[in-house]
Amino acid sequence: MAKVIVITSGKGGVGKTTTSASFASGLALKGFKTVVVDFDIGLRNLDLIMGCERRVVYDFVNVVQGEATLHQALIKDKNCDNLYILAASQTKDKEALTQDGVGNVIDELSKDFDYIVCDSPAGIERGSFLALYFADEAIVVTNPEVSSVRDSDRILGILSSKSKRAVEGKSKIKAHLLVTRYNPERVENGEMLSVKDIEDILRIPLIGVIPESTDVLQASNTGVPAINLKETIVSEAYWDVIGRFLGEDKELRFVNAPRKGFFQRIFGGGN
Amino acid sequence: MSLLDMFFGRKKISASVAKERLQIILAHERGSNALGEIEQSPSWLPQLQQELVDVVAKYIHIDKEALKVHIEKRDNLELLEINVTLQDKGENNVSNKKTS
Ligand SMILES: Nc1ncnc2c1ncn2[C@@H]1O[C@H](COP(=O)(O)OP(=O)(O)OP(=O)(O)O)[C@@H](O)[C@H]1O
Ligand SMILES: [Mg+2]
Repeated sequence: MAKVIVITSGKGGVGKTTTSASFASGLALKGFKTVVVDFDIGLRNLDLIMGCERRVVYDFVNVVQGEATLHQALIKDKNCDNLYILAASQTKDKEALTQDGVGNVIDELSKDFDYIVCDSPAGIERGSFLALYFADEAIVVTNPEVSSVRDSDRILGILSSKSKRAVEGKSKIKAHLLVTRYNPERVENGEMLSVKDIEDILRIPLIGVIPESTDVLQASNTGVPAINLKETIVSEAYWDVIGRFLGEDKELRFVNAPRKGFFQRIFGGGN
Repeated sequence: MSLLDMFFGRKKISASVAKERLQIILAHERGSNALGEIEQSPSWLPQLQQELVDVVAKYIHIDKEALKVHIEKRDNLELLEINVTLQDKGENNVSNKKTS
């Protein structure tokens, strides 16, 4: 039986797809058979981030509607044998996914995979609901910014009341907090909520902090998940997330700003 | 922020304002019924659950975890759901619903 993990946030543009790609790649590279599923119907993007956009023939909606088999629609990752991608469709029809249809696909994937990673769309509409409904665990992606934190709180409410586990009275979805686009310098300046602030407010365990970095843009430009960009802080930070998810004890890194020199501290600049 | 900025009050520490505002609005939203079912369950629910477990346990051997009580409001309908999972026969499920 596979474990289903949703990458969700409520708010758009916080780093869900970036995280889905890196998280799934990390698990696969650790040897787990992993599939990452794009639930953003109409706004397919995961394929670009994974660098497999030219190999999409059939998509999630085709499978749900019986126009293709799962086998036909799954795209094998170019770098990693254990990793498969199920692309979202570009159809404008947001009703194309049904709860039963998605349930059947998840059931079928469960037979073959260790982990099913669901990349949720933004919002609290149907697409994001279906992405979280079948989840066993959730990674709640949050930026250090008021609207993102509030939306994460709403998503936590939905996870604990509307998900399959909640409705069926099973044990709760295990929710993890992932703070992304973190800028330690601005936090130290008091311009941005700190990890501690966000933890205090959302009250779920922290699985990691991904710093704001231009490397992420470079990763998306080249279609390589950020976790695979060797010797970058972002890659290290995502590897820490994988480690913690798999039960390793990893100290939090990249949350402090580099120390400034004497003149910078007095006159400012350098950030 | 440089020491000079701080000295002349050129930048405000806004993160603490953000935190305070969030704590207030979220306390409000969590308590309110903005999301339908996301509301505080009644304070007597744990006790009801305990008493039900005690009663059922007189007749059948069950775990505390095997009995789930769930209350839900939909429009003007209130639903109390009691779910007891019996141990030895795995899937054997006795459930009982009552509306008021
Ligand atoms: N750690 C980071 N540092 C810098 N930029 C980042 C970081 N993480 C994500 N981004 C950038 O933020 C933008 C949004 O990222 P992404 O597409 O992963 O978000 P999303 O939550 O999936 O968005 P949507 O809600 O639209 O699906 C992208 O341009 C991405 O490159
Ligand atoms: Mg996305």
